[in-house]
Amino acid sequence: MAKLELLQSINAHKGIVWNVSWHPNGNIFASCGEDKVINLWSKENQGWAVKTMLVDGHQRTIREVAWSPCGNFLASASFDGTTAIWDKKSGQFECNATLEGHENEVKSVAWSPSGQLLATCGRDKSVWVWEVAGDDEYVCEAVLNAHNQDVKKVVWHPSLEVLASASYDNTVKIYKEDQLDSDWNCVATLESHETTVWSLTFDKTGERLATCSADNTVKIWKEYKPNNELGVSVSKESSWKCICTLSGYHTRTIYDIAWCHHSGLIATASGDDIIRIFKEAEDSDQDAPTFDLICKKYDAHSQDVNCVKWNPTANNELVSCSDDGQIKIWKFLDE
Amino acid sequence: MKVADNVNPNVYEKGSLREVTKSDLDEELKDDFDQREIFDIIRNISDPEHPLTLEELRVVEESNVIIDNENNLVHVYFTPTIPHCSMATLIGLSIRVQLLRALPSRFKVTVEVTEGTHVSEHAVNKQLADKERIAAALENNNLVQIINQCVRSV
Repeated sequence: MAKLELLQSINAHKGIVWNVSWHPNGNIFASCGEDKVINLWSKENQGWAVKTMLVDGHQRTIREVAWSPCGNFLASASFDGTTAIWDKKSGQFECNATLEGHENEVKSVAWSPSGQLLATCGRDKSVWVWEVAGDDEYVCEAVLNAHNQDVKKVVWHPSLEVLASASYDNTVKIYKEDQLDSDWNCVATLESHETTVWSLTFDKTGERLATCSADNTVKIWKEYKPNNELGVSVSKESSWKCICTLSGYHTRTIYDIAWCHHSGLIATASGDDIIRIFKEAEDSDQDAPTFDLICKKYDAHSQDVNCVKWNPTANNELVSCSDDGQIKIWKFLDE
Repeated sequence: MKVADNVNPNVYEKGSLREVTKSDLDEELKDDFDQREIFDIIRNISDPEHPLTLEELRVVEESNVIIDNENNLVHVYFTPTIPHCSMATLIGLSIRVQLLRALPSRFKVTVEVTEGTHVSEHAVNKQLADKERIAAALENNNLVQIINQCVRSV
């Protein structure tokens, strides 16, 4: 039987905890929420404890935090319209750069795999790509207006400079930089969800993407290149096709989804207070895969689960956070 | 001053107060929320444009409240006085805020326009169902002041 064992439960923030982010070393994670505070947690003998509190960085809710791949920088996106970049060059964490440009709420921030680019998105319907230009210097590379509604989430491909965004307009968009004129363009639109797409996650190869929505479904998408074996027609350089829909499992909005790059397991965070774990079947067809629900943690939190993240060090630890003000650390066990 | 969308709405009589029964006063009794109690929480919210309550305008009605205690679900349908009412989102937001403030956090609250009663029904419902947009709206002081005016008399 597969199960999620609770390792620790923390009263982490006052009010909603919106997001958590693992440091690349897996020994620290950051959290943020309605209380406008960023907490940095580290593993002590007695369990996870708050090591640093970053206050006064933002005037309104902090919606998302993201560690850079090198682990030296932390980015925070806020409803106050700004994105702050924190580092501890001075010995303690300080905000040394603020990215301004969005008209209102910034809802998501993500570092590219090289750490050279940063993406943000927000209610102004735009996605911004920023380049790290030097010490504490960030230059806007592109403003992408492909969506026609609120953009909820931005996520980078695990190894390439390919960006994906999820929106209130029910679609997911994929962007790449054109090698000839170095312009960023939307190269694909993924349409199939019936309402808001809240989050998305690439598998470890980056060839597949899992999305989650307020339509209570998870969808798995695959990228097809020209002249693929299946004969899927491809416009431009590649096409993304929905190859699997997981419906009938969730009873309310699915706010977040995380595809573990080590185990291949998919975890979901839902407004029905449940964390679910899906596993691809062993004989799964690559072009029409089968995923089984192998674990369902009822009452994982006492209110909506907003975010789930797998520890990057392959120890099967999962961290989750909720409207109830709590963060929980879980261990996935498959016995 | 802006003229109200519906300058001359139909006004209906208020219902009577809930009768307090003997079992209501029994502290030992497990007392679940019922339809009437949910209605009582929202009936006296003021309309943003008229000095009238949502009950008097029949924007909210007891029969449009659904409660499922076992699954912690509350569903409220509200009926704008006219199909192109520009205040529909604000009214829905006031109902939602009032319920979130009054009910235990275990409840999942859904507030929607009664089917077929508003031209932008789908858009209004989608906005009211998006908790992130609600959270952001509730950090807007001007909007919170207006909502507090609407729920003040409750």
